[in-house]
Amino acid sequence: MKRHLVSAADLSRDDALLILDTAEELAQLSGRAVKKLPTLRGRTVVNLFFEDSTRTKTSFEVAEKRLSADVINFSAKGSSVSKGESLKDTALTLQAMGADAVVIRHHASGAPARLAQSDWLHGSVINAGDGTHEHPTQALLDAFTMRRHLNAGAGNDLAGRRVTIVGDVLHSRVARSNVHLLTTLGAQVTFVAPPTLLPIGIENWPCEVSYDLDSVLPKTDALMMLRVQRERMNAAFFPTEREYSRRYGMNGIRMAQLPEHAIVMHPGPMVRGMEITAEVADSPRCTVVEQVANGVSVRMAVLYLLLGGAVFADGPADTAPRTDSVENAQ
Amino acid sequence: MNERSERTSDTVSYLIRNAKILGGAPQDLHLADGVIRAIGTGLAVEADIEIDATGMIVLPGLVDLHTHLREPGREDAETVLTGTQAAAMGGFTAVHAMANTTPVADTAGVVEQVWRLGQEAGYCDVQPVGAVTVGLEGKKLAELGAMHESAANVRVFSDDGKCVDDAVLMRRALEYVKAFDGVVAQHAQEPRLTEGAQMNEGQVSGELGLGGWPAVAEESIIARDVLLAAHVGSRLHVCHLSTAGSVEIVRWAKSKGWDVTAEVTPHHLLLTDEMVRSYDPVYKVNPPLRTAEDVQALRKALADGTIDAVATDHAPHPAEDKDCEWAVAAMGMVGLETALSVVQQTMVDTGLLNWEGVADRMSHRPARIGRLSGHGRPVSVGEPANLVLFDPAYRGAVNPDSFATRSRNTPYKGMDLPGRVHATFLRGRATVLAGELAEQGGPE
Repeated sequence: MKRHLVSAADLSRDDALLILDTAEELAQLSGRAVKKLPTLRGRTVVNLFFEDSTRTKTSFEVAEKRLSADVINFSAKGSSVSKGESLKDTALTLQAMGADAVVIRHHASGAPARLAQSDWLHGSVINAGDGTHEHPTQALLDAFTMRRHLNAGAGNDLAGRRVTIVGDVLHSRVARSNVHLLTTLGAQVTFVAPPTLLPIGIENWPCEVSYDLDSVLPKTDALMMLRVQRERMNAAFFPTEREYSRRYGMNGIRMAQLPEHAIVMHPGPMVRGMEITAEVADSPRCTVVEQVANGVSVRMAVLYLLLGGAVFADGPADTAPRTDSVENAQ
Repeated sequence: MNERSERTSDTVSYLIRNAKILGGAPQDLHLADGVIRAIGTGLAVEADIEIDATGMIVLPGLVDLHTHLREPGREDAETVLTGTQAAAMGGFTAVHAMANTTPVADTAGVVEQVWRLGQEAGYCDVQPVGAVTVGLEGKKLAELGAMHESAANVRVFSDDGKCVDDAVLMRRALEYVKAFDGVVAQHAQEPRLTEGAQMNEGQVSGELGLGGWPAVAEESIIARDVLLAAHVGSRLHVCHLSTAGSVEIVRWAKSKGWDVTAEVTPHHLLLTDEMVRSYDPVYKVNPPLRTAEDVQALRKALADGTIDAVATDHAPHPAEDKDCEWAVAAMGMVGLETALSVVQQTMVDTGLLNWEGVADRMSHRPARIGRLSGHGRPVSVGEPANLVLFDPAYRGAVNPDSFATRSRNTPYKGMDLPGRVHATFLRGRATVLAGELAEQGGPE
């Protein structure tokens, strides 16, 4: 891996496992009274959010603070960005302020890639979700959650595990990042959606595709429901909300078709009554809240590895955090 | 006898030694009084300037059916002067200036202004294209007849940048311009199928999460338009055809004997949507870069004549409109100064087209489509001396800083492209000499 985390496709199997293993160690922290590590003391991390996102932004912020980084929240709303300042000028400004890493959420697909490739700033770029492209730290936290339930243990991957992702794949950056990462980790991914919500060319993606949720459920180890925006109905992606729910929504009856060990996941925010009923969302098999907690650990691991000096796969990879304190923290 | 002269005018005569006319055997050409005075081997004539053209190709001055000169309105991107200088550097002696300026070229006044600016610049004939509809809005026909009768003598009409998607309006426009031998040049893009479109819809757009511009949005309009043209017996020109399916439709229309012509851009002959993986907006263009299969089909169609012309769709944009995230970037690429090199690389060096074919697709046929009587003529004695002298042996990386165009949005930066324009002559006057712009003295 490189200096940046822009796409889950950039992660080799070793990179991904290093992040997951590091996250597992860092997760121990959350059980302690003092949850802070000094690792990123004196380093500046900017959260550059061009799109509203309470969850992801808060998760990154908690992760950064637990690593003792100086955190700057640069929200596009109410800043010069909303007055027409370009991405380039914003980046140059952050560079001048000495940002060591920029966590960017942007409504335009490819904006983090532009930042990473440009000479506008020299720090690490971490993609916190770009348009309908990717959301790599979400995929990492999903993989982390799946591993804990389906193949727990440091160094373990997801070989042979069957992951079913249901919903608006066309517009989902979560689905794109997940198919890359889960495939890298050896899982078998099946997308389930109405044909209108699948991208052209998906037959060449490393996954299976089905239009029939019920037939896939018994062969699923982890089921991930994607949010479906009600407005999609107005662009004729499906006829009505009710029809979508009937054909592709997760409910108690369908949950009973899942194998005993299978988990139900959702990246949030959930639209209850649309893609998931309250019965499923509130069931013990649903890992939504757990995913949020895991998100902090995984983001800490990413920041730690990108900024803490460890080199991912293309160098002599550190299999454990190199500098201070994680061992001590245990 | 120095090849560089302080000032050229139509009184300067030229003797070009050992040039290969349309790639044929080396011959000398004598240019004087605006015409080709003599052609032969070892010509014993006096001339003011003698050019050693050993190894170089002579082609008739290139004619571009599709150029955005941006003036009036976006002089920060291009002016008629800088745009025609770029054209001359690329070997063009005539360009068709598209109508999507501000104000739109939808009245006799605006087309005359653009035409006059071209005359004053003196680097290249500027033939304004008139808008089909008022303000390019697709609602009401512009005064097509008035634009034709103006000093600009408009014969090509286009809402380029937008599609005349209303079938009735398109039918009427096709019919109406028959009265003065006009042609409607259609930007084929079904608007509903391309809402939010950012790139070619296919494997790459799916992976990148960018809104898709499906081939069918182009092909469905072309299919409708060739049928409309056939129904009313009119002439139709298809702008920047970009897909293998479009080629098939045009081929079918031609097989029926319908009066349909088509153009392809240099960038669609060379680049594919794989370039978009960089998210660098320099590759953002409309119609979008397509797949390798489309590129092959376009090359083949240009070679067999299904596609009549190479047209640049030269679309200058200021730096800030490309130095940004993909979604907000402007669409378009500059292309005048690299067109012939791209055609050499994709068509000549691949053996698909010889230099005679290049002359046909980049000069003869586009001149005929635009009804430009003084351009696209044979390279023979007595003809107007609209010529380009091209060195096909040159190899070098494209350097945008050397461009004459005011903008730098080229997808070929740093790319090795073959060939270089050595000289361009507009009615016997050098507009480019020894690879550099010659100073012009205004209208002849």
